[in-house]
Amino acid sequence: MLRYLTRRLGQAILVVAGVVILTFVIMRLVPGDPAVAYAGPRASPAELAAARARFGLDDSLPVQLWNYVRDLLGGDWGTSLHTRRPVRDDLFQAFPASLELVGAALVVAIVVGIPLGVAAARYKGKFPDLSIRVSSMLAVSVPVFWLALALQTLFASGLGWFPVAGEYDANLDQTSPLHVYTNITAVDALFTGNWPILGSTLAHLVLPALVIAAYPAGVIAQMTRAALIEESSRDHARLERALGFGETSVLTRFALRPALNPVLSLIALVFAYSIVNGFLVEAVFNWPGLGRYAADSIRSLDTPAIAGVTLLVAILYVVANLAVDLVQGVIDPRVRSR
Amino acid sequence: MTISGPAGAPTLQPRLRRTALRGLAGMDRLATVGAVLLAIIVLAALLAPLIAPYPEDGGSATHPLEALLPPSGAHWFGTDQVGRDVLSRVLYGARTSLLIAVAVLVISGVVGVVLGVVAGYAGGWVRDVIMRITDIFLAFPALLLSLALAVVLQPSVTTVIVAISVTWWPWYARLTASVAASVATRGFVDSARCLGVPAPVIVFRHVLPNSLTPVLVQLSLDGGGVILTAAALSYLGLGAHEPTSEWGLMVQQGQSLFTTDWWVVTCPGVAILITAFAFNVLGEGLRARLAR
Repeated sequence: MLRYLTRRLGQAILVVAGVVILTFVIMRLVPGDPAVAYAGPRASPAELAAARARFGLDDSLPVQLWNYVRDLLGGDWGTSLHTRRPVRDDLFQAFPASLELVGAALVVAIVVGIPLGVAAARYKGKFPDLSIRVSSMLAVSVPVFWLALALQTLFASGLGWFPVAGEYDANLDQTSPLHVYTNITAVDALFTGNWPILGSTLAHLVLPALVIAAYPAGVIAQMTRAALIEESSRDHARLERALGFGETSVLTRFALRPALNPVLSLIALVFAYSIVNGFLVEAVFNWPGLGRYAADSIRSLDTPAIAGVTLLVAILYVVANLAVDLVQGVIDPRVRSR
Repeated sequence: MTISGPAGAPTLQPRLRRTALRGLAGMDRLATVGAVLLAIIVLAALLAPLIAPYPEDGGSATHPLEALLPPSGAHWFGTDQVGRDVLSRVLYGARTSLLIAVAVLVISGVVGVVLGVVAGYAGGWVRDVIMRITDIFLAFPALLLSLALAVVLQPSVTTVIVAISVTWWPWYARLTASVAASVATRGFVDSARCLGVPAPVIVFRHVLPNSLTPVLVQLSLDGGGVILTAAALSYLGLGAHEPTSEWGLMVQQGQSLFTTDWWVVTCPGVAILITAFAFNVLGEGLRARLAR
């Protein structure tokens, strides 16, 4: 196990190093001079030179890469050109909001997806199975930005059941200001007993979380169904049937637990995917997360900020993959020798 | 979707024909629906200039007096902000989406298969190097790296194709590598090596054709993902631009009109949904069929 762990960890570090280099290369390709973007179009040559010196743009590329890596390791992720704040601080503020949204979405996806997968497997080939397969395929195939617009138009602008945009009602900052600890608004509100903000946040969460949940709910239902069908064709299931257990008991009491194993690793992988998918949804619902930050950064060609978001998400991805492999290595010793 | 007897495909080699027949004939109803839908969409794309009621509306034509007409006999899907027929634009949009999907799948498929088969056959440090590079690209979620690339390149259909291909090939490289590694241990590869057949010939004439099936199935499964990613990039303004008909772009241009003129946004959105759905169920059916 220790050998597997160190090998897998070594690979992950190599990949992160590659990710850093690739991000650096892409960012050097961005059109436009970052010094101009920072100093402004009417800057004097002296100001431009100062900005160039400040960002180290006069050094050779390998030196710039070296400085970049050194700064990253030292916790300096650069300064955003459009917020004029350290990128790290911006990310610290934006990421928890995305986490809140995607976390809520994944809870919905699990609560909806697993029972649907079980029901489909139980009635395999019958009408419930067909309708669940069709709806899970539709959920996977729907363009999120369009679904976001449709739900927003229908349930927020149209029927007025939910707020149109934002994370919570900004007026509440005056009447019941929030003490910020984790930057995850719902969690902070819950632990400080700030019920008005908690209620407002939950109401604002419903629509965007449902939209983001569509894709993971679909794949979780499909994966649960497939894994259950495979599991219920094994010998232990035949024995359970011979002992007189009904089909539903065989599935939920015996087959479900081993079948959930691949589903759990799927959830970890779908998490990172949903963060990025959430970017589009955040843009529609004006959610103050990474997606909105990325969109603002792209619009203003804010290289350090784009690099920061890219790096953060890529690292999340690597960590999620690593976590899946390690957990599987613990559960299933056969994985380790691969 | 049925192929009637061997006469239907006389040019295919017997073995290949049998696999293809089994793959298509034995699919479940849902996958058949996907195949039919996809066939209709491909036909619509190919015949767009002939069947579109107002072919010139697929491009830059404007009819300001007919702006935002609701669906009617003359305009089944209504008209957009500048009076263009939405149905015609949706039909032309199918061309853009399918073009992007085919281009991305071909480019990333070829790159992935070549790298994968080399890695799988060579093994050792060659495999390690290629697989680590693959891992690095896999660490970027497709949309994110495409976003970063689309910022660097100028917004266009070509940009979308390049950006998505860059993020798409690693999957095929990884898949092919694992298949090729097992093919490389088979007897006929050993015999070829003993006969002194040069390595490149072994790799590309013997190992490659025998490693293709899983990748081909995966490619058919990924068409929907490519179309969704491409539409998302265009929606963000990083892909196709006016006057090209592109579904994601149409949604973006019409999004402020959703409450008043729903058809402008709904029709292209549903077109994306149906196309991705067709790809997904068809690919899923093929995979289930060939996995047996």
